[in-house]
Amino acid sequence: MPDHEFGFRTRALHAGTPPDPTTGARAMPIYFSSSFVFDSTEHAAELFALRTYGNIYSRIGNPTVAAFEERMASLEGGLGGIATASGLAAQLTAVLSLAQAGDHLVASANLYGGTVTQFTVTLKRMGIECTLVPGDDLAAVRAAIRPETRALFTETIGNPAGNVADLEAWADAAHAHGLPLLVDNTFATPVLCRPIEWGADVVVQSATKFLSGHGTVIAGIIVESGTFPWGAGRHPLLSQPSPGYHDMNFAETFGEYAFLMRARAEVMRDVGACLSPMNAWLLLQSLESLPLRMPAHVANARIVADFLRGREEVAWIDYAEFADSPYHAAARKYLPDGAGAIFTFGLRGGRPAGRAFIEALELWSHLANVGDGKSLVIHPASTTHQQLDDAQLRASGVTPEMVRLSVGLEDPADLLWDLENGLRAARLAADREALGA
Amino acid sequence: MILNTVGQRRALLERSRTVAMVGASPNPTRPSYFVFSYLRTRGVFEVTPINPAVTSIDGVRAYPSLAAYAAERGAPDIVDVFRKPADAPEVVREALAAGAKAIWFQYGVINEEAIRLADEAGIDVVVDRCLKVESARFDGGLSTGGLNSGLITSRRPQPLGARRPQPLDAGATQPLDAGATQPLGAGRR
Repeated sequence: MPDHEFGFRTRALHAGTPPDPTTGARAMPIYFSSSFVFDSTEHAAELFALRTYGNIYSRIGNPTVAAFEERMASLEGGLGGIATASGLAAQLTAVLSLAQAGDHLVASANLYGGTVTQFTVTLKRMGIECTLVPGDDLAAVRAAIRPETRALFTETIGNPAGNVADLEAWADAAHAHGLPLLVDNTFATPVLCRPIEWGADVVVQSATKFLSGHGTVIAGIIVESGTFPWGAGRHPLLSQPSPGYHDMNFAETFGEYAFLMRARAEVMRDVGACLSPMNAWLLLQSLESLPLRMPAHVANARIVADFLRGREEVAWIDYAEFADSPYHAAARKYLPDGAGAIFTFGLRGGRPAGRAFIEALELWSHLANVGDGKSLVIHPASTTHQQLDDAQLRASGVTPEMVRLSVGLEDPADLLWDLENGLRAARLAADREALGA
Repeated sequence: MILNTVGQRRALLERSRTVAMVGASPNPTRPSYFVFSYLRTRGVFEVTPINPAVTSIDGVRAYPSLAAYAAERGAPDIVDVFRKPADAPEVVREALAAGAKAIWFQYGVINEEAIRLADEAGIDVVVDRCLKVESARFDGGLSTGGLNSGLITSRRPQPLGARRPQPLDAGATQPLDAGATQPLGAGRR
């Protein structure tokens, strides 16, 4: 075995998928099997006691899903991965692996609306509190930390406001208090940012977005760095005997693997939000082209952003690629190859102009997703963020006139042609509104 | 020589057959038991506990010392060390006296004097690694668990030990999951 460090593009194609040892199949087979036979009762006992590696039941692990997990762990630079049924399932699984009733999280307020409700409503019902703080205010982050805090949480690029987190400062704040930093890397993908390299301990993402890249599957992924001291005492779920696994002390028994082992053996087992092998296989196909797709997304996004910025119908545009963005410096540091392909802008004329704009578009798809190869558009205030109250809406950076674009891979001239039609409709609607018609 | 690379560790595991595990515990919650049990049931290595407090673990005879092991079984290929770091230099002296070809310090067993003693004696040294994890890296175990093996290959993976010239004494340790692909005649004596 030669000693060689393989590059990112090579790993996107190969990591986790050597030829199948049994058949020699070069492409990863889809292991559609709910369960896997034991060779003996002793083998079964060793598997259930976590003393040997192997497949038991596809809710806990599956060979095709494991290949996707290993490839993502390789691309993010982590110790291992756990794939889940969705991005929200990835977050829930990660949180439940380190926190229980009575515990507390500190999270940026500039998050995806679904995450805000998961953290402030659903987790609260389960007894886990979450304090939301302005993502740029590290003093507020530190001030919100309590003795029962178990983790800090931010998105690399906030959805939808496009704020870029100062990941090193977040990691320093977390580690100074003996806490792990959890980062949602969905908008950047490991092509544009690898949060573990900046101190993050757990990376979660919705694999539904750019990782899938074709708008086909719902999926999530957790990758853990393997460097956080889970046994230091701040996380009793990992450093105390677990009644959920015959009093196993995960930190003592598994060392750096403690988080991943508990997340799989207890949380995946009991919560059950597992990924289908079919979806894992589709994701493995998609990851092969991820390093080629992301730069193309970024290139198209820059063209579209430049086009909109020069238009009188556009009141404002937030994209960290622009030098006058408050997040430009952070983007240059953490996203040197581009601040992603999702950004927001505001139309003059408010809500009626926004409605007219979206309804005039022919090529851009009006739907609640991002990170598709096809270009997407949405009005967050009436869709993804409609469950937030006004204060939460403002805190998460959403305004009534805001339109979010997810720039795809079409010919840029076609994207601009369609936007031109949308802007014309928006201008007419704004004029009608101004005339009181 | 201190083995720092993946390739060096794989080569060590390929050429090794016997493992004397100093500090192996029969307590099923201890990490050393996890490693012992994994190596025993995988059957790739002939693993022996070195622990004066027990006579056997899971039916495998234990020896009170490396000297007692070597007197009956000869020099071990690898001495795997589950002891507190301060005890490591003494374990190295005993391992060298027993003719060990390599010494493996488990996670956290880091002692500069012990590392230097072993290195200067010319035997292979692995530091702050787990023999179970490194075995699982090469036999597909880590990958099965969604863990990052770090391995990239377009050649069909060979199980650890497949290229070893001498087959294991079948009576010593029966691999647990050898049944996965049992060729016709495999059970013939």
